Amino acid sequence: MLDRAPPETKDQSAEATRPVAFRGAGFTSGGSRYSGWIALALVIAVWQLAGSAGWVNPLFLPAPSAIAVAIAKLATSGALWQHLSWSIMRIGTGWIIGTAAGVVVGFAIGLSTMARGVGITFISALFPIPKIALLPLLILWLGIGEEPKIATIALGVFFSTAISVYSGVDAVPRNLIRMAQSFNVPFHAIVRRVIWPGALPSILAGFRITASVALLLVVSAEMIGAQYGIGAFVLQAGNLMQTDQLLAGVVILSLFGLVVGKLINLLETRLLHWR
Amino acid sequence: MDLIADHISHRFGALDVLDDVSFTVRAGEVVAIVGPSGCGKSTLLSILGGLLRPSKGAAELRGAPPAGSLNPLTFVFQDFALLPWNTVEENVAFPLLHTGLSAGERRAVIDDALRRTGLTDFRAAYPKQLSGGMRQRVGIARALAVRPAILLMDEPLSALDSQTRELLMEDFVGLLADGAMGAVYVTHNLEEAVRLADRVVVLSRRPGRIREIVTIPMTRAERGTADARGPMAALQGELWSLIRKEAIDAEREVQHA
Repeated sequence: MLDRAPPETKDQSAEATRPVAFRGAGFTSGGSRYSGWIALALVIAVWQLAGSAGWVNPLFLPAPSAIAVAIAKLATSGALWQHLSWSIMRIGTGWIIGTAAGVVVGFAIGLSTMARGVGITFISALFPIPKIALLPLLILWLGIGEEPKIATIALGVFFSTAISVYSGVDAVPRNLIRMAQSFNVPFHAIVRRVIWPGALPSILAGFRITASVALLLVVSAEMIGAQYGIGAFVLQAGNLMQTDQLLAGVVILSLFGLVVGKLINLLETRLLHWR
Repeated sequence: MDLIADHISHRFGALDVLDDVSFTVRAGEVVAIVGPSGCGKSTLLSILGGLLRPSKGAAELRGAPPAGSLNPLTFVFQDFALLPWNTVEENVAFPLLHTGLSAGERRAVIDDALRRTGLTDFRAAYPKQLSGGMRQRVGIARALAVRPAILLMDEPLSALDSQTRELLMEDFVGLLADGAMGAVYVTHNLEEAVRLADRVVVLSRRPGRIREIVTIPMTRAERGTADARGPMAALQGELWSLIRKEAIDAEREVQHA
């Protein structure tokens, strides 16, 4: 039998008690939801104040209100949509081509020892090249239309994607693959049901990188040779000393990047809900 | 269907892990494999289940698998090996998807496996939502669904806490009670071996050789009774005396390496 004792309470002995000092404060992740927004609003307010009070020359740093006015004018005149649609077309096409090729090559490298030998050699040699340096060559090959710009973006996206895909395939736990083999699951089904979902977190993390690579390359390519596009617009505004227009373009780029990031977040919560 | 280890030796590079291991698991029999850590127990199981090619010798089958068995040799893994992106039900369905069963047959098999492991209410849960014990039950349900002749269990309880181990051990005893299914049960826990096995294969330290094959002289039903406690403890003590010195040596060796 278990010997059960009555519940214990603090006994009233003569000696005084003292609380154990709490020493577990701090070092926790996560902060206030609003602190970031408040800080951003404060910086914009100070910037606006500096502009309105005439502390800075508006030619070098126009006030936020001037930038907002410039964006509104661009939106109403239709110029914003014209530039933005060209940029989006280039990014979209280049990103899709580069991603499709990168996923295929990345899976091949991840799944086949022969493809790995060849593929990793080429990728290691070509990945470090800043892809924008290839634009002149691509113009010689493909002409001065959209093709060389799209090809530059596709190349930049391709290498990052291929690398993130094959490291994702490598990161799939071996025990899951052995489990599938132990049930005689055929190769194609192991790829589809084990390796693909297992590599997906790394592939989506790669999308985050390739989205910013694509944005960087589209702006650079448009600055080198394009009539329309956010990059071209920013460059023209700079040449004409229209700093409010220039910064309007920069703000639009920032917003575009934020939207793409949010889209990838959405994709992650949809596809990786099991994590 | 019998499963035979026929003079199996294995080496990883310069490291000898198994040396001339032979024994037979007869139909419906539960054989535990025990030995000091690093003696090649899990390697032996991988070889028996066809996941690893031995350097010498072979794993062989004798006799036909029971009718309707979809995967005669079926593993239950130490780390459960569940697909984290699939629900409990989808994990159990996974090995059935390419077996030619109709959707209706599949559903019936899955329902039965979930019911036998007490998972029916958890079928829509994801592995991360489950406790370790429930996760291993999913691994067991997945194994039952393919109607194995022999379960190959690789330390199935060693990732679990002791209370959960106790509960799952009761499940194992229940599942193996009718003798329809045999098992090879790799463990370093002698208590589990004595509770579950008909025979215990004791391996030496690396390279693993058979030191002894011990028969447990009680039925599994008898072992559940209070009277069995004394004899079982004695058996456990005997097994420990076979392993103890080697376990000490093995531990020293690991620390040098």
